[in-house]
Amino acid sequence: MVKRTSILITSEKLNLQDCYSFVQDASCGGIALFVGTVRNSTQNKEVTLLDFSGYEPMAIKEMQKIADRALKKFDIHKIAIHHAVGELKIGEIPVIIAVSSAHRKAAFEACEFAIDTLKETVPIWKKEHFEDGEVWVNSHP
Amino acid sequence: MEIQLLFFGITTDIVGVNKMKYTLKEGATVGNLKKLLIAKYSALKNINDFAIAINEEYVKDTTIITKNDIVAIIPPVSGG
Repeated sequence: MVKRTSILITSEKLNLQDCYSFVQDASCGGIALFVGTVRNSTQNKEVTLLDFSGYEPMAIKEMQKIADRALKKFDIHKIAIHHAVGELKIGEIPVIIAVSSAHRKAAFEACEFAIDTLKETVPIWKKEHFEDGEVWVNSHP
Repeated sequence: MEIQLLFFGITTDIVGVNKMKYTLKEGATVGNLKKLLIAKYSALKNINDFAIAINEEYVKDTTIITKNDIVAIIPPVSGG
């Protein structure tokens, strides 16, 4: 059986072409891509870099669950969810989600579902570094 | 009984290590463990509620912990 999900956590640079090539298929009329990028500020404060760390074996399992749920929930062909860990500079890419489908609506919806769910359930954390300190994102009320 | 605790994100900074052996009463629940940890590390009170995973799966407060479980303290995630 053809593998329909690609899940990756890596300390290397994420590869957009790998995600695209994995989901691309002759039966598909479209591919939706979400590319998360490191923003240069948060609440008007300048960010110097983000440091991502994860509970990797569990994060892989949770990412796989999201991909499997997306395949059940939406009429899509393939889905790739790749996440980077380690220090990322402004403009670099912490996450890529690619989804292919026969018709575009399912790909858009599955892509949004995947990134929204990832942000709620996957045990990965980012620490924002500023000129004058650092903070774990979402940790404080 | 002995279990293994893993800490991530801000909880690593609060506790000062990313893992430790921990001794717990037989039959203790996840909720019991949370209370014990908050009593020991009061700074855990100041963060958003943390989740617990046992052997890499999220569990509820009512789940009973068993010997040799790998229990992870999961503060609010912020991937993506």
